[in-house]
Amino acid sequence: MSETILNVQGLTVDIPLAAGTLQAVRGIDFELKRGETLCIVGESGSGKSLTSLAVIGLLGKRLKVGASKLEFEGRDLRSLTRKQMQALRGDRMAMIFQEPMTSLNPAYTIGDQLAEALQLHRKVSKAEAMARAADLLGKVGITAAESRLQQYPHQLSGGLRQRVMIAMALMCEPDLIIADEPTTALDVTIQAQILRLLADLKREMNLALILVTHDLGVVARIADKVAVMYAGEIVESGTAKEIFDAPSHPYTRGLLDCIPVPGKTRPGEPLGSIPGIVPSLIGDVSGCAFRSRCVLARETCSGRIPKRSASGEHTYRCIQETLVSEVA
Amino acid sequence: MLAFALKRLGLAILVTFTVSVISFSLLHLSGDPATSLAGENATAADIAAISRQYGFDRPLTVQYTDWLWKALHGDFGESYYFKLPVADLIADRLSITMTLGICAISFALLTAVPLGVAAAVRPNSVVDRTALFLSVAGQAMPSFWFGLVMIVIFSIKLRLLPASGSETWRHFIMPTVVLGYYAMPAIMRLTRAGMLEVLNADYIRTARAKGAGAGRVLFKHALRNAIVPVVSLSAVQMGFMLGGSVVVEAIFSLHGAGYLAWESIGRHDLPTVQALILIFSCFYILFTLLSDLANAWLDPRIRVG
Ligand SMILES: Nc1ncnc2c1ncn2[C@@H]1O[C@H](COP(=O)(O)OP(=O)(O)O)[C@@H](O)[C@H]1O
Ligand code: SF4
Ligand SMILES: [Mg+2]
Repeated sequence: MSETILNVQGLTVDIPLAAGTLQAVRGIDFELKRGETLCIVGESGSGKSLTSLAVIGLLGKRLKVGASKLEFEGRDLRSLTRKQMQALRGDRMAMIFQEPMTSLNPAYTIGDQLAEALQLHRKVSKAEAMARAADLLGKVGITAAESRLQQYPHQLSGGLRQRVMIAMALMCEPDLIIADEPTTALDVTIQAQILRLLADLKREMNLALILVTHDLGVVARIADKVAVMYAGEIVESGTAKEIFDAPSHPYTRGLLDCIPVPGKTRPGEPLGSIPGIVPSLIGDVSGCAFRSRCVLARETCSGRIPKRSASGEHTYRCIQETLVSEVA
Repeated sequence: MLAFALKRLGLAILVTFTVSVISFSLLHLSGDPATSLAGENATAADIAAISRQYGFDRPLTVQYTDWLWKALHGDFGESYYFKLPVADLIADRLSITMTLGICAISFALLTAVPLGVAAAVRPNSVVDRTALFLSVAGQAMPSFWFGLVMIVIFSIKLRLLPASGSETWRHFIMPTVVLGYYAMPAIMRLTRAGMLEVLNADYIRTARAKGAGAGRVLFKHALRNAIVPVVSLSAVQMGFMLGGSVVVEAIFSLHGAGYLAWESIGRHDLPTVQALILIFSCFYILFTLLSDLANAWLDPRIRVG
């Protein structure tokens, strides 16, 4: 039950740009065991997608990935050849993307695309692959699976397409699924259905799930662990209970204060919005990246920021120790 | 798919009909045909006789129906110049032009598509720059000049290929390259642009996430989508080549249909011109129809509503 699936330490992603190197992901640590759900939250641009893509090895050659440890099921991903990485991708680890409308190939049927996911990794006939595809379409809640297999992506709604993407990720029964904001592009009613589906499948298949989202309501419902990202760093992480009971980083507290509360939040108010903007991460970055927006910022925040341990797995990066009482 | 095909077919027939009316009118738009046939010193009586002999005295609609009916049966009348049935005259010439056209478009596609794909995979690389250079050169270089350079090098200097005639397949090599090179730049650039766009698409990332290899991603997932507009362009180019191969046919003394059309215009040989225009147009319409059908087959968004 407690088998470690993914162990990431000191993950960095550097993007060479004309103006200098953009340090988009700056030393991220997390660990994920079988059967666990890790939710990565943070505002857009904080490096959540880059982190996901770095793990599954889908970043372009131009982007430089570094890490002191990047282990998947005990294997060092950095030492794998391109072929070996290809063999893992789609088989042991699968990814679901944010844009269901454009993530399926318009030229091929749903059935072809699902079958391909299995046939790339297993020696099975097309008919067997199709049978498994139909099976999984049923599992992700698509009725009349047999006839759906013959359809093309443009004939399906966004919600259905995302269900197809989930079925595709499940074709080889992976150990890890990374879902990068899988519901952001969908209607609110569909969002809840898809998330419930993901949570159910995770439990049923006992896999590890990384769910990138900026919906804290979702996090509260399905996360085992939470990592809060800001400007390319995990500023706070811990179990869901720890984070929600005792948020310690000023940014996390800001996010939690921004959860819409019926009656209190005015309609149209942006979610998760804390005044101010994220600083540029081009060139040398020092001190706390949140200090231009932090109500508690002081002189020392431009120096080295320690990683503090609160309780158990709960850690955060801030110069202040007794935040909970001070902010409250 | 069937409904789509029938709709396109109906449209093609309609266009063909329009084209036939236009080609028929040519004869009458360029002055009274009997007068020009009779020559400069003809009397009014001569003209009237010729008019009766060729049926120009009948109402235009009757003449048109008669002409179309015969044309549908492969009878395009008699050439004013050769005094031979136009159909016989055209048949041989057309097969030369067709051979050249098919070879040229194949040559263009076989060079342009791989080059376009390679250029898109590594933008700004040596391959991309070479491809760009070839395509700019192809567009800047007049066909007649390129043809002459080829003759100087391969026929006169190296004595490798025959400079003129159409007897063997070796006679077609240089004309194919010259005519094909003319069509290549546009196809290459469209392939490159299409691939660049498609390679950034989310479904390409999905294919990679599945564990598909580079070749599979490139050809099964990307090219399949990028090739759709290339098919349309190639059909247009093919139609254009059939009618527009005059220059190439003239340089290499390939006595094809394009060359015949050009000569016949100079000789005021109206039945021949008329027949050639009709046939070229029909080919053009046919290729457009075929490309529409091919596109529908390639892109399910057209085929399945
Ligand atoms: N290919 C790229 N080229 C340049 N900048 C990029 C690229 N990909 C991501 N970025 C930048 O890196 C940062 C993190 O991006 P991302 O991981 O997509 O954020 P998130 O998923 O949290 O919204 C953003 O500022 C984004 O602009
Ligand atoms: S380090 Fe300073 S600026 Fe950063 S979160 Fe803590 S108090 Fe705020
Ligand atoms: Mg993202």
